Amino acid sequence: MLRYLGKRFLLILPTIFVPLILVFLLLRLSPGDPAGMMLGDQATAEQIAALRTQLGLDQPIWVQFLLWLKGIVTLDLGNSIFFREPVMQIVPRYAGVTIMLTLVALTLAILIGITMGLISAMNRNRPIDRGVVTTAVLGISLPEFWFALLLIFIFAVTLRWFPVAGYNPPSAGVIAFASTIFLPALALGVRQSALMTRMMRSSMLDVLNEPYITTARAQGLPESKVIGQYAMRTAAMPVVTVAGLSAGYMLGGAVAIEIIFALPGLGRMLVEAVGRRDYPLVEGGVLTISLVLAVLNLAIDLIYAILDPRIRYQ
Amino acid sequence: MTAHLAPLPADQLSPAPLAPTVLDVDNLSLSLRNADGMLPIVTDVSFSIRQGEAVALVGESGCGKSITASAIMGIAPENAVISGTITLNGKVISNLSPGDRRRLCGRHMGFIFQEPMTALHPALSIGRQMTDTLRHNLGLSQGEATNRAAELLDRVGIPRARDILKGYVHELSGGMRQRVMIALAISCGPSLIIADEPTTALDVTIQAQVLDLLEDMRRELNLAMLFITHDLEVVGDFCEKAVVMYAGDVVERGLSADIVGAPTHPYARGLIDAVPAHDDGRTRLTPILGTVPPVGQWPEGCRFAPRCSRADAQCQTRPSLERHGQTDARCWHPLEGNR
Repeated sequence: MLRYLGKRFLLILPTIFVPLILVFLLLRLSPGDPAGMMLGDQATAEQIAALRTQLGLDQPIWVQFLLWLKGIVTLDLGNSIFFREPVMQIVPRYAGVTIMLTLVALTLAILIGITMGLISAMNRNRPIDRGVVTTAVLGISLPEFWFALLLIFIFAVTLRWFPVAGYNPPSAGVIAFASTIFLPALALGVRQSALMTRMMRSSMLDVLNEPYITTARAQGLPESKVIGQYAMRTAAMPVVTVAGLSAGYMLGGAVAIEIIFALPGLGRMLVEAVGRRDYPLVEGGVLTISLVLAVLNLAIDLIYAILDPRIRYQ
Repeated sequence: MTAHLAPLPADQLSPAPLAPTVLDVDNLSLSLRNADGMLPIVTDVSFSIRQGEAVALVGESGCGKSITASAIMGIAPENAVISGTITLNGKVISNLSPGDRRRLCGRHMGFIFQEPMTALHPALSIGRQMTDTLRHNLGLSQGEATNRAAELLDRVGIPRARDILKGYVHELSGGMRQRVMIALAISCGPSLIIADEPTTALDVTIQAQVLDLLEDMRRELNLAMLFITHDLEVVGDFCEKAVVMYAGDVVERGLSADIVGAPTHPYARGLIDAVPAHDDGRTRLTPILGTVPPVGQWPEGCRFAPRCSRADAQCQTRPSLERHGQTDARCWHPLEGNR
């Protein structure tokens, strides 16, 4: 188990650094220049060149990259060009919102997916199963932003159960937090929950045909235990795998949701920072997302190893 | 259960007339309901097993052996329609609710599957699977159940039982897995064990060990055993009685010594001729020509007639299971004595 953990931990490094290198290069290869953006149209070439030197942008790319790597090690990601504030102070303010949004969305998606998939599998080919499958296909086909607008229209504008937009941090109280996070998380999680529903349904149907389920029944165990423990144990594994992929998807997909619900999250921060060519802030944001994704995936691998003993010994 | 100790009607098939009947299957038929209607799978199967007796259910793949066993256990597919009477220890169980049937499983009937690798849960420890059964069926505490599970593994010849309890099925060898399966099946003291081709998936060298173990358990615990197999050698060595099935029908039924030695039904004869013999110097095997007709395409009369060299016009009508010589056979033209 420890060896497995160690191996998984080493695999995290490329997960974090490959996207960083790509972002670092893409930012500098794309047109537009932070110094020019900051100084505006009226600036002279000399002023721009002076600012570029001040920001270190006149140095060769590999020097800039090494300096930035050094920054990561010393926990100094530089100052935001736009905010003129250390990146290490800005990013956490936004990251908390995105992490919360992703975690709540993932939890909702897993709960909905497992429950609906189970109901569907247990009622195979009955009307309720067909209803769930149809809804799931619909759910996979609908884009998040459309669903987000639908949710706002129904639950915020018409029924007035939730605020239309805005964000209360968990420190403002559970109810205040939940009221602002629930709709965005639902909007973000709905496609993934539809995926997980279908995954859960087919995997449960497969598992129910497994001889070890017949054994459990032939041993006289009640159906609730056969389904709830023996079948669930193996049927949930593919759903856990999907959850890992979903987490990555949600971290990226959070951008649109954060903008629609006016959440001060990392996605919105990144979009604005890219627009301003705020290199240090973009890099800090991507680093944070990679880190969160790596940690989430590690957690999911752990759950997987707990669920399936065969993995621990490989 | 004292009623069982009274002398039973003389049955010349039984080796021990006083042993009580554990399982009686009477006119069991099973059809599967599908979109096109009813698909008959098994028709009019009757046999009984006494305490301490092993009965073989023999036939080619697809003749209805395994589904007959699942109907007895009460774990047949959901779309199965079952008729006939199943009696366990003198009590009719075929009319019980699914929940009541489930309560008989484990406690009164144990099941041993063909492929222990897939029949044991891949992600739950051996101990968890055994103690779940023991706790649920016998109401033991976790500690008591663990002790009992270790004793059971010990009894089926598994060394270091305590360690194995913590392990998983993929860590065991094929023979060990089947021993665990046997320990699980006998764990709650059933009176009947149904073994569905318990050695087919094992190496030949392990097969004999597992058969010996089953034989020991049967003698030690005085178990009634239904042994599903296609291996006639096993039938002769291991089972007192045999029921030969073909295309969902019982075609011959009797003492296995008689069936193996002097079969009456041409299909049973064919099965025996298709087994390689070690001692009689024959070099060529005689296969049964053709294949078992698929379910739903059975002929009207005798279902074996299209493959039978003795078939004639009479075989267009369905024969009944009748006594011919030493055994019961479903045939208009039974073979007489040894060829």
